[in-house]
Amino acid sequence: MSPAPLLSVNDLRVGFATEGGLLQAVDGVNFELRPGEVVAIVGESGSGKSVTAQTIMGLTRGHNARIEGSVRFGGEELLTAGDAEMRGLRGERIAMVFQDPMTSFNPVYRLGAQIVEAIRAHRPNTSKATARAAVVELFDAVGIPDAERRVDDYPHEFSGGMRQRAMIAMALALEPEVLIADEPTTALDVTIQAQILRLLEDLNRERNLATILITHDLGVVAEVADRVLVMYAGKVVEQGSLDEIFYDPQHPYTWGLLGSLTRLDRPRPRRLPQISGAPPSLLELPEGCPFRPRCPHEFSKCPQVPGLEARLPDAPQHCDRCWLTPEQKRQKRQVEGQIGLEAPA
Amino acid sequence: MNAGGENLLEVTDLVKHFPVKRGVLIDREVDQVRAVDGISFSIPRGKTLGLVGESGSGKSTACRAVLQLIKPTSGSVRFEGEEIAGLSRRQMRPLRRQMQMIFQDPYASLNPRKRIGQIVADPLRRQGVASGSDLRRRVTQLLERVGLAGEHYDRYPHEFSGGQRQRIGIARALALEPKLVIADEPVSALDVSIQAQIVNLLDDLQDELGLTYLFVAHDIGVVRHISDRIAVMNEGRIVEQGSADQVCEHPTDPYTKKLLAAVPIPDPRESRARREPARD
Repeated sequence: MSPAPLLSVNDLRVGFATEGGLLQAVDGVNFELRPGEVVAIVGESGSGKSVTAQTIMGLTRGHNARIEGSVRFGGEELLTAGDAEMRGLRGERIAMVFQDPMTSFNPVYRLGAQIVEAIRAHRPNTSKATARAAVVELFDAVGIPDAERRVDDYPHEFSGGMRQRAMIAMALALEPEVLIADEPTTALDVTIQAQILRLLEDLNRERNLATILITHDLGVVAEVADRVLVMYAGKVVEQGSLDEIFYDPQHPYTWGLLGSLTRLDRPRPRRLPQISGAPPSLLELPEGCPFRPRCPHEFSKCPQVPGLEARLPDAPQHCDRCWLTPEQKRQKRQVEGQIGLEAPA
Repeated sequence: MNAGGENLLEVTDLVKHFPVKRGVLIDREVDQVRAVDGISFSIPRGKTLGLVGESGSGKSTACRAVLQLIKPTSGSVRFEGEEIAGLSRRQMRPLRRQMQMIFQDPYASLNPRKRIGQIVADPLRRQGVASGSDLRRRVTQLLERVGLAGEHYDRYPHEFSGGQRQRIGIARALALEPKLVIADEPVSALDVSIQAQIVNLLDDLQDELGLTYLFVAHDIGVVRHISDRIAVMNEGRIVEQGSADQVCEHPTDPYTKKLLAAVPIPDPRESRARREPARD
């Protein structure tokens, strides 16, 4: 049996009042996260993937934000938790790693001191010496060589990859149960990215850390995720297990994403399959399915928004928002022998 | 016929070292950063050379030294058979229109206060190629050619998405009908679904206009797709070069092998198969 979920997100909706009207950045996100599991949220800029993560952390609250739905974490409702309560939770039980390790540390303080400060803010009874020893141990655990000496370095003395490791070390300092990683490897070179992904994988395995991975890169997803949510224009258009998403994708947008990947392990196609057009503005969403204007398979039902439902009898956890029947999908997603989105007529 | 034979660009032993200076009042040169440390390559007319490497490998410095935007320390750059390394700004000016650049960041490379039409028309006006209604007609044609519409002429950059801005950058680069286009990470700032559009557009333009590309990127998958040949750079040197398929399928240099092995495979089964043996 699978263990009880650590975090459950139910019908999460986040809107922002803007001069141009209400901008629905996140429109109905549902998922559960269990210990040791990696859930990936995939999408392009403006899809709502980062806003989802930030809302879980309580970072999108503000006078212009409309937050609905529920985020339950160990029996507690996070959306209505007080600011003090959230502060106690952040870092302590849910930690976050950001894309840019360059701007996430204060450049004028030594790295070790910044992490010691974070530890002592949550655990005032910890002595400086104990906290420092803990940081050295963490640096060691995330693979920073010569940890004992390097804790006293300044951020600029670290390379991008090492700085990202230091940020992961800081996120782990208070032994959180959930790690939210927002594009943790996007700013890094591929060889460094591979090392960071291995590190995240080991942490999930060894510390039973549950991870929400926000990324636009399906290659990264294939390497580390257990389950995947594909977001488009604020909506989850498809979600399922890693293999379901890659080998039996149900939504045309997912086909398009999979089809447009360049694969080094296959002969190169004459033309790179592309998705035509661009994602819609969240202030001028098309009526019905948000992907409709870019979809070559649009038909009479598409002006209504399809619900996020399980449409395959033997895969109750695999949900999508597309009106096509499973048989039609199986047929239409085949483009020149591969999964893809056919070019519009 | 064509000067320089079949190669449009020939780069031989190109070196760019930056001095490292120390001292109060009097700077003494204490060391050098060997950003580009003796690279050689050539690009036949109408073909694409992909230059791959990680950050700090020297690929962007190499582009700038080829274009004489920075003065090379030594080495030769022949464009259509003619030596351009060491030419003065004035001497370079007539050649500039034949070699253009497309940049990475479509948000930073367009002047936010200028209309799109002006941005694309600028090179034409500055080089005295066209003016008046002829200018407007040519700019409109260029915009349409890169997949924008004539009515975009009077809009400002902020009204466009990243992919559209990159199209504007391409239209500007093509305005003077260059022979060589150097594209430095032209798609890495774009969303996945837009990257393929821009790569395909560059492919089409090459077929149609007979352009020669030096395509610089860190994403080997994209480079392999667009390039005829690939050169892999590491620490200022080219460690391997060959046909695109040969370099990707049968790499010989250890660094190239390491680089290729680090590229994630977007296929869970294959990715698992590749990782499992490595763990034992």
